[in-house]
Amino acid sequence: MIDKFWPDMDAAVADMPDGASVMIAGFGSSGIPFALIDAVCRAGPRHLTVISNNTGSGETGVAALLREGLVDKVVCSYPRSRGSVWFERLYSANALELELVPQGTLAERMRAAGAGLGGFFTPTGYGTKLADDKETRMIDGRGHVFEKPLAADYALLAADRADPWGNLVYNTAARNFNPVMATAARCTVVEVRTGVALGALDPESVATPGIFVDRVVVRETTS
Amino acid sequence: MTLPRYDIDAMAARLAADIPDGAYVNLGIGLPVRVANHVPDGRQVIYHSENGILGVGRSPEPGEDHDPDLINAAKDPVTLIAGGCYFDTAESFAMMRGGHLDLAVLGAFQVSATGDLANWATHDGSFPPAVGGAMDLAVGARKVYVLMRHTTKDGQPKLVETCNLPLTGTRVVQRVYTDLAVLEIDAELGEALVIERFAGISFEQLQSVSRMRLRE
Repeated sequence: MIDKFWPDMDAAVADMPDGASVMIAGFGSSGIPFALIDAVCRAGPRHLTVISNNTGSGETGVAALLREGLVDKVVCSYPRSRGSVWFERLYSANALELELVPQGTLAERMRAAGAGLGGFFTPTGYGTKLADDKETRMIDGRGHVFEKPLAADYALLAADRADPWGNLVYNTAARNFNPVMATAARCTVVEVRTGVALGALDPESVATPGIFVDRVVVRETTS
Repeated sequence: MTLPRYDIDAMAARLAADIPDGAYVNLGIGLPVRVANHVPDGRQVIYHSENGILGVGRSPEPGEDHDPDLINAAKDPVTLIAGGCYFDTAESFAMMRGGHLDLAVLGAFQVSATGDLANWATHDGSFPPAVGGAMDLAVGARKVYVLMRHTTKDGQPKLVETCNLPLTGTRVVQRVYTDLAVLEIDAELGEALVIERFAGISFEQLQSVSRMRLRE
């Protein structure tokens, strides 16, 4: 009988080794797995590669991992944003490697990995310095850049509701990178606001089918 | 020489006047988002936000009950209009890259005479770079309009023969709306056609603050 619910956040990330690559979903403060990130901080694996659209704001989200010195490299589209003090601090001290990827290319590289594809040609970035040293090809008279798939050891997600099979429903714009990251990681761990019984989710509203999900933890509410 | 310049709202309103009814539009962070305030009454424009929203509505009023997950590309709180919907990042960028958006309005540091766009990085290496969705929008929207001031703060032309800042995309910009004029880029001829000059500025004055060839 499939039951993907785990008892707590710490247990769900306890096996993350040093040097792991970790996708962390979210955009700004929306759809970020804050509780799982805090659990990774407590577990303390080092030399992580973090793949995420942003680098956190203030002391929370990805910024907490940066502050704890757990991250060697970030793969990111928009690392610099309001309050990204930890990223800026480490980047200017040459203490953090940055791979800058256009946002659509970042998502599509994950989609390629999750869909079993060997990469794709995109017009995005053609003729810019983000295409330096990449294979290019003219397709129907237009320049394209070859981009490789991007997989990871773990994906950390945040969703609104999950059932025991790991089917996920999101809240409004919190969906963002969550569904595509779920497909591209060897171990997908999700924190949710609420767990529900099998059959309680409207099948039409499931945005991530449970086949892509390995572990689910229900967030403790303080209220 | 002090030129009579449009203020930001007048610039945004001039661009908004050219957005047709029923258009799907993405507005970039900064000046471009101001365009939404000036679309003429009676026109329905559907705004796309790269984080996964079609049908972005007004900002919530202060004190209004608001969903913290519902934010736009600038990470500011927004609302959803009736008929709006949500989707994930991969699908959102399929819309952007796949030619499904009628128009992207972007800010710029520089636009070249062949429509090259530079709007994501400066020469300052201590300033960490960030690209976000700019490159995808530049290549993917059916039309790319730039909304920017005609010159930099220290008076340097932003309409240039060739960009010397890192490029966002090559031959992508069709039109430029500045505080002095509306210009259509002719990439084949490597020049810009002046569609409209604002507030009594002469063609010669406009050419003198542009580092690309203009014609009327």
